[in-house]
Amino acid sequence: MGILAESAAVCRRFGSFTAVSGVDIAVSGGEVVGLLGANGAGKTTLIRLLLGLAEPTQGTVALFGSLPSIATRRRVGYVPQTLGLYAGLTVAQNWSFTAAAFGTHAPLPARIAGWRRELVGGLPLGAQRQVAFAVALSHEPELLVLDEPTSGVSPLGRARLWEEIRSAASRGAGVLVTTHYMEEAEQCDRLLVMAAGRVVAAGTASQIVGGRTVAEARCEDNNRAFTVLDEGGIAVQLLGGAVRASAEPGAVSALLSGAGIDADVSLVPANLEEAFVDIVTSRAA
Amino acid sequence: MSWGLDDVRVSRGGSLALAGATVPADPGRITVLVGGDGAGKSTCLGVLAGLIEPAAGFVRRPAKERIGYVPATGGIYADLTVEENLAFFAAAYRLPGAERRGRSAEILRQTGLAGATTRLGGQLSGGMQRKLAVGLALLHEPELLILDEPTTGVDPVSRAELWRLISRAAASGTAVVVSTTYLNEAARAARVVLLAAGSVLASGSPEDILGGVPGLLGSSADGARPAELSWRRGASWRVWAPAGRLPDGARQVLPDFEDAVVVAELGRELAGHGSEQEG
Repeated sequence: MGILAESAAVCRRFGSFTAVSGVDIAVSGGEVVGLLGANGAGKTTLIRLLLGLAEPTQGTVALFGSLPSIATRRRVGYVPQTLGLYAGLTVAQNWSFTAAAFGTHAPLPARIAGWRRELVGGLPLGAQRQVAFAVALSHEPELLVLDEPTSGVSPLGRARLWEEIRSAASRGAGVLVTTHYMEEAEQCDRLLVMAAGRVVAAGTASQIVGGRTVAEARCEDNNRAFTVLDEGGIAVQLLGGAVRASAEPGAVSALLSGAGIDADVSLVPANLEEAFVDIVTSRAA
Repeated sequence: MSWGLDDVRVSRGGSLALAGATVPADPGRITVLVGGDGAGKSTCLGVLAGLIEPAAGFVRRPAKERIGYVPATGGIYADLTVEENLAFFAAAYRLPGAERRGRSAEILRQTGLAGATTRLGGQLSGGMQRKLAVGLALLHEPELLILDEPTTGVDPVSRAELWRLISRAAASGTAVVVSTTYLNEAARAARVVLLAAGSVLASGSPEDILGGVPGLLGSSADGARPAELSWRRGASWRVWAPAGRLPDGARQVLPDFEDAVVVAELGRELAGHGSEQEG
């Protein structure tokens, strides 16, 4: 399916600060693209550029093959981090307002109809997210842009939101999602990792992890092993009943045996979160 | 001494905000409370910290001055500098002068905030604010550290640094109870308590929880929904067969935390306690 949104060498500066620097991105129909990055990496600015909500300082952006405009934005469903709902209106009023703006006549979906008379501002955050999602999908957008869509939602609620994201993609919509949840990143067809305004890694989750490895130590007393490695200046964490360190197994073994700790140390594949931290921090250094 | 909640109930506005929660908090171990918005995580932590009076049950906690507590938002003074925040908390905890300087320097080192001592709390990035809040709660070396969603909205780099702080506290003998909505953080715990709508769905070591998933779990290729009890996992589907019979075409997989929690919540709905409307 064709490309719905793309940028070529797009840059955006605010004064002397470069928020987005030379980014090429393309989102096609039918795919779910995840945009990862530390806070301040430029994800939200890139989304605003793609939607025409911010002007590029350099480079170009195309939405459905032309410059972003009100006409092209009609074909987009966007859920910002702040959700974009009217807190002082009821769920039904928010729905009618959006329907009027887009000229649609879809009835309120059953999944949110139970809250129809509730003020959006009075609903729990997870419920507000479901409403924002339903509203953004109400005009059957060809491109769905979701900025941290499931923050605070229960795992089952999140699985249900992802079912909707996936069914939109299988109907041919393109989806661009930002997230800090690695479980959620793993649900995407491919990922882009941003750091300091640039794309520093791209590919599927397993391509991003690549051949990265960590040392995993298993021993009787994880707390002591953690302390020894931590004080030895190694980036270390407790995970899955073991101590994991971003270091060579030899160095880990040496430190532990030097402290009289008997441990099995092996080289294991890094997980996506460890790979992400490695990519982003080595870029920043 | 072991801390924690035993079968604690909390009522709010005539209904139960917490319907019998047991949460262990042992020295040198991390307990993680997992659940979505409204699951009862903050209520559990509030009871443990002594901020919420339970209607029933037992609470074991150290003396108030031996607890470190960070609420879901805040935990720092936005209009004080990092240094002033440290001085204020040190005075509030009545740390003697020498210890005050030593501990403040140690917290600055551990949080990586030594270069930001003159910045206002409110001007720090979200991740730095959370690190400062956890650091302030550790200033007096508490016996029990209670953290309400310290990593929500925090990017993975700052999250890794926060977990290093939390793990250090546990490694030095502090009992730690942390709530989170990030399921992969459960793997960092010695004990996990899964909460939904004020009830404990499952509790135990991470291995207990993964091993305790009832029935069979399968993976099914992209296409139509394979069964009633199924949900999306990337481009494929996950299928849960409580009675142990997977539909045709589904390949059996071992559950991870995401699966275990979704199954627990689906099981609760099947038992008639849940509702579609839950957030």
